[in-house]
Amino acid sequence: MTYSNSHTKLDSRSIELRFKLLKIIEQCRRGHIGSSLSLLEIIRVMYDDIIRFDSSSPDWPDRDRFILSKGHGCLSLYMLLAEKGFFPESELYKVCQYDALLGGHPEYGSTPGIEASTGALGHGLPIGVGMALAAKIDRKDYRVFVLTGDGECQEGTIWEAAMCASKHKLSNLTVIIDYNHMQAFGPIDEVQSLEPFADKWRSFGFAVEECNGHDIIILKKILSDKSIRAEKPRVIICHTIKGMGLPSIQENPDWHHKSKVTDDELKILFRELEALK
Amino acid sequence: MRKTCFQSIYDLAGKDSRIVFIGSDITKAGLSQFEHDFPERFFLEGIYEGNIIGMAAGLALCGKIPYINTIATFATRRCFEQIVIDCAMQKLPVRIIGSGGGTVYAPLGSTHLAFDDIAILRAIPDMTIIAPSDAQEMKKLIPQTPDWPGPVYIRLAKGGDQVISKPDESFVIGKAIEKKSGSEVALAATGITTAIALEAAEALEKSNISASVSHYHTVKPFDKSHFLKQIEHSEIVITIEEHTICGGLGSIAAEIIAEASFVKPKKFVRIGFPDVFPDHFGNQTNIMERYGISAKGIESTVLNLINKG
Repeated sequence: MTYSNSHTKLDSRSIELRFKLLKIIEQCRRGHIGSSLSLLEIIRVMYDDIIRFDSSSPDWPDRDRFILSKGHGCLSLYMLLAEKGFFPESELYKVCQYDALLGGHPEYGSTPGIEASTGALGHGLPIGVGMALAAKIDRKDYRVFVLTGDGECQEGTIWEAAMCASKHKLSNLTVIIDYNHMQAFGPIDEVQSLEPFADKWRSFGFAVEECNGHDIIILKKILSDKSIRAEKPRVIICHTIKGMGLPSIQENPDWHHKSKVTDDELKILFRELEALK
Repeated sequence: MRKTCFQSIYDLAGKDSRIVFIGSDITKAGLSQFEHDFPERFFLEGIYEGNIIGMAAGLALCGKIPYINTIATFATRRCFEQIVIDCAMQKLPVRIIGSGGGTVYAPLGSTHLAFDDIAILRAIPDMTIIAPSDAQEMKKLIPQTPDWPGPVYIRLAKGGDQVISKPDESFVIGKAIEKKSGSEVALAATGITTAIALEAAEALEKSNISASVSHYHTVKPFDKSHFLKQIEHSEIVITIEEHTICGGLGSIAAEIIAEASFVKPKKFVRIGFPDVFPDHFGNQTNIMERYGISAKGIESTVLNLINKG
């Protein structure tokens, strides 16, 4: 399914978060910037409006669990966690430094608010299945959300976990897919197409919804819907744009991961962002 | 050993609501009581080992202690990344019980042989690897596992294995057991090869050769101080394992000996599978004997070393 999302206008909060992201890049000069931008609105809505948490008690047993299975999009998650008080904002500007709290992929245990160590792809959904099963055993009402990448869905464990989630009727589990249609090597459809993607999930027993992953109103509406779906796990395929908001890196595989972001490149990115205001 | 293992886990589950059992397409034998009494904590899952390890990690992240059982080689070779990242890196109490450790599945061929499971897992920080010698040890081991830190791999033997441990013998994770004292030769073994080492030591006594036998049921963390004490006065040191000599007990012993800087060098041999895929079928004993993992193999190795002077 093709979604037209290029017309989406980012609001002031989304633009401000992007400014903050660039300021982090200005310090660490590296990262998966495109991926962090494609999922920024999803993570923003999750932490602003959807999930139940207490940053003063990150291990609160009744919290909702949010796993960023595509760990490389962590800069956006870090920004939201800092904003919500899980750790000081100052940590954001030390990302990837030798003695930093925050690394290039999220790590459970050392970073408050991180529910699972991710980075190697295909791990978050099996872990989410286990968490959703634990909620059922303990008769708790917390929900489990797993945000995966689209390229990540080429991993076999995603589909192993999907079968398992369906078998156990995990209606407390929601998979959110950042379908930005690009992977490191190029367009998904050229490297290894996922289509018919929604049908695949349907055939694995999931309730499937699709939306524009940059539309805050739609995301809020879909993600806050708690209605029971015949005891099915749920997947929300969010159509997104890799590098959303910054034309020079948008859908540009060269920006999948940058290990050296130059001053000139940063100037251009800041200028492009300024133009969105 | 398997039956005792499952019975012990069932006993634990009755006392501790954190205990969860996950099987990957295994026989239900020995598990029906668990399934009947604790159905919400019993998961008989499909043939997706990678998912099962991740799922167990998710359960552990929510306070559960999952015990997983599947065929040893599928649990280790296939799931390496899940064990490393999901379990060990996150320091989670996932317990993996590998059926058919070593060459139990000899007739099924090399695809089913777990002759490298210890080496694979030994590279993982915070991993614990245990190979009990018999069912009696298994009974003492399982109650120690719920609160042991980090992931644990338990290597199951064939079943109906000779019981060599004594009922009153202490069994503590991480602590080797001296099975027999001796002076000239030190035999260090793990799992079911401890029984073979004891048989060899008795045969050597008849030739007036004094051999000690220690049982290193916990291969990681390794009881280095016990090993150094065992070999201190022995000229000959032999390790015996139902495992490749690359990366298992023999390699651990070699590393310790190399770093110990003994004034008088030890004569040291690792008995195990050489760096090959076993090329025959038959049964476990056939395959082990082919590579000298037998009392006779140990005895002739020792005699050769003595005769060489």
